[in-house]
Amino acid sequence: MAAEMALPLTGKIPRQTSRAELGDRIFVVGGKLLLLLLLSVAVLMPLLAIFWRGFSAEDGQGGGWVAARELVTSANFHWLLGNSLKVSLSVAAIVVPLAYLFAYALQRTMIPGKRIWRGLSLLPLMAPSMLPGIALVYLFGNQGMLRGLISDNIYGFWGIVLGEAIYTFPHALMILLSALSLADARLFDAASSMGAGPFKAFRSITWPGTKQAVFAAFCLVFTLTITDFGVPVVVGGDYQVLALEAYKAVVGQQQFGRGALIGMVLLLPALFSFGVDAWLRRQQGDSMSGRAQVFKPVPSKVRDRCYLAIVLLICATLLLVFGMAVYSSLVKFWPYNLSLSLNHYQFNDTAGGGWLAYRNSVTMALCTAVIGSAVIFTGAYLMEKTRSQKGLNLALRMLSFVPMAVPGLVLGLGYVFFFNLPGNPLHVLYGTMTLLVACTIAHYLTTAQMTATTALRQLDSEFEAAALSLKAPLYRHYWRVTVPICLPALLDIMRYLFVSAMTTVSAAIFLYSPDTILAAVAVLNMDDAGNVGGAAAMSTLILFTSAGVSLLLARASRGLLRRSQAWRQGAPAP
Amino acid sequence: MNSSNATAMTQPGVPMKVRNVSKRFGAFTALDNVSLDVAAGELVCLLGPSGCGKTTLLRCIAGLERQDNGALYLGDRDVSELAPQARDYGILFQSYALFPNLTVEANIAYGLAGSNRDVVRKRVGDMLELVGLTGSEKKFPGQLSGGQQQRVALARALAPSPSLLLLDEPMSALDARVREHLCTELRQLQRSLGITTLMVTHNQDEAMLMADRIAVMNNGKVEQYATPQEIYDKPATPFVAEFVGQGNWLPFLRNSATHAQVGGMNMRLADDAGRAASGRLFCRPEAISVNPLLHQENLFPARVREITFLGNRCRMSFELNHLPGHALTAEVGSQDLPRLGTPDIVVALPPASLQVFA
Repeated sequence: MAAEMALPLTGKIPRQTSRAELGDRIFVVGGKLLLLLLLSVAVLMPLLAIFWRGFSAEDGQGGGWVAARELVTSANFHWLLGNSLKVSLSVAAIVVPLAYLFAYALQRTMIPGKRIWRGLSLLPLMAPSMLPGIALVYLFGNQGMLRGLISDNIYGFWGIVLGEAIYTFPHALMILLSALSLADARLFDAASSMGAGPFKAFRSITWPGTKQAVFAAFCLVFTLTITDFGVPVVVGGDYQVLALEAYKAVVGQQQFGRGALIGMVLLLPALFSFGVDAWLRRQQGDSMSGRAQVFKPVPSKVRDRCYLAIVLLICATLLLVFGMAVYSSLVKFWPYNLSLSLNHYQFNDTAGGGWLAYRNSVTMALCTAVIGSAVIFTGAYLMEKTRSQKGLNLALRMLSFVPMAVPGLVLGLGYVFFFNLPGNPLHVLYGTMTLLVACTIAHYLTTAQMTATTALRQLDSEFEAAALSLKAPLYRHYWRVTVPICLPALLDIMRYLFVSAMTTVSAAIFLYSPDTILAAVAVLNMDDAGNVGGAAAMSTLILFTSAGVSLLLARASRGLLRRSQAWRQGAPAP
Repeated sequence: MNSSNATAMTQPGVPMKVRNVSKRFGAFTALDNVSLDVAAGELVCLLGPSGCGKTTLLRCIAGLERQDNGALYLGDRDVSELAPQARDYGILFQSYALFPNLTVEANIAYGLAGSNRDVVRKRVGDMLELVGLTGSEKKFPGQLSGGQQQRVALARALAPSPSLLLLDEPMSALDARVREHLCTELRQLQRSLGITTLMVTHNQDEAMLMADRIAVMNNGKVEQYATPQEIYDKPATPFVAEFVGQGNWLPFLRNSATHAQVGGMNMRLADDAGRAASGRLFCRPEAISVNPLLHQENLFPARVREITFLGNRCRMSFELNHLPGHALTAEVGSQDLPRLGTPDIVVALPPASLQVFA
């Protein structure tokens, strides 16, 4: 070292301790309080409003204790409830095994073309739940293409079950994919060294490790089905279900109290499964140790062929349904004139919202994606990486878990009740884009936040301590280090929020005004008005927009990873 | 790291004082009324098993945990209630916590915000020179070896000229071969800068190698605070004796001012040995001579049970004939092995090496 080298160089470097500290207090405490306020207004108050509305016996609203007793004891309610339960249980019983096989094929076998199958399986996420229903009408309806294959027409129980099965398949698949992605190769080596065959290995290693996910998937499919009215409204026919009844009570008959009561009933299965799932999770704990070795499947001809057949069958079904929807949107006049045209895309000539709805949807989805990911990620950061304000952290954590247990239909009803309250200064928001964005963010909050939390937990827990010791304010550290490292996760959250906002109908159906009508709502309205071709066309537009933006963001994420490869590649494993 | 000539321009460090600091986590007492004085420019190691409170103490000093009671002073400033940013220390974490998306240069400059650009560039260059990594400015942490990453983290911690340097298990992420080398280098650099340093470690070799003084901690308390030599030669408590180095324990009953009864033996004790009427005697393995050539005090017959070869020396497990069933160890040079011959030996336990614990 040079002899004139001295540590204190040109005096002490000037410091801005007090300003940094003040800024951090605003960033941390202010940020958390703001988040608490947002969550209270967007999640807690609407939920409370449901209970308030359900139990207040105002005239003509159909609420209150008396009405509740009448509702619960009425034969009509029993019929609706029975239908809902039958449909939901059937869908879950069909979807979960299929999704398990599909996920197993993708994670534990060596079938070719995994990326294609995976992409195709996600198709139902990209479109509103009405789309499978519309496609089924074209396939098996009274004038359906394959009408001859079945004895009765599709409207009714089986139509709903099929449509919901397609709609919920990717949701179940994603849970099972992530459960099956974790496997410790050492366990399988140990099993085979003790002479266990594949069946025994499955029973003793794979199944115990995934049965909790199977339960979670079952609950999710059940809840999604019982609260969805997109499919029943299209292919239900005379077969009525509870979700549709709630929708009709509020939108058709302005019976808010009755809607709230049914909303509360629909909240029960979600709350129940949420509780049991949380309990199971605690029971199971962490099954993967840090030293686990990644499982790599070995080739096996018979196994791979069987699974490929299953995967092909499922993908073919999905392709048939979605292809049918796209095709029917291009057909001039089903079934009499099968020549192709873009007539159904001339939305301006038909009722239901048209291009305005599409533009609104894109705006809403963009706002949801950008604002939502910023708020959710920053909130997750503050909760994960700052330790002071323990009570506040706990409150935020609990509040942000609530939306997971609340179906969109129920949340939407809550918004109607809360923001319509006479004297609520927030009433001005009713029917505006702001409220639609807020509701959509709140609805999809939990999943997005879990993605953010997972990404944040992979960062070195000492980063913040290091930044503080260097007298750097936390907000600067967040912007300079945390956000760049987590950018792929952030893009993932954006994609999820965008697609969800494009396709959602459950909550938005109660909140739009003629100026803020959304594309998915337009699908529902056009189908209601008998314009099934227009509904198919709008669904197709939503599908392609969602898929296009997803691909774009995936591409951006890949480019980003390539550009930052210099530091990501060699970065010490977190 | 290059610091051969740095002694001439040391910056006088500041003393640090810990006064009666306590910290509880629920029912667990992590720190129990701990006090510690670190002199200016001194390197003190907090040594102890995991869960002894050493890391909690470091984090309290850093302001990353808040103590329940007690006070912390850095120089003449009371920093007990200050935010981490206001305390003026640099810290080197076990994981280094280098920001992976920033270059080496940007990492080191991280704590220099607000200064003019040329000053920062000069400072970064000087720091890299100090840790011997000139030319790595544009690299990312992931492109460096573990040892190099440690140096960058050290340069980053030192760049804002803090008054105190905190080291949290700095060597544990390195493999054993580079560890000793880096320990020596880090020690030289610290000495040449004269910066007051507190290091947490569970590795007694590191502590012995680097520290001016060692505070051995157990159950949230400082058991002994002394120089490495004192800690080894005169452990203040049975825990310190047990935790630092190897040792033998012999139960005894005092039968006179100068002698103790151990099993069927009468052992002479040093004049300055404690006055306890009964308890345990402690003796380092290397203090025991096996088949001594010269006449010594406290000679007793014994029988070899097992000999473990350790390269330049051997560890011998034996039993005193008058204290059967009680295994003791001694260390002998490998060249002395052939001299042992039969399993029946004579061992000498010099009075000066027998320490009395009640």
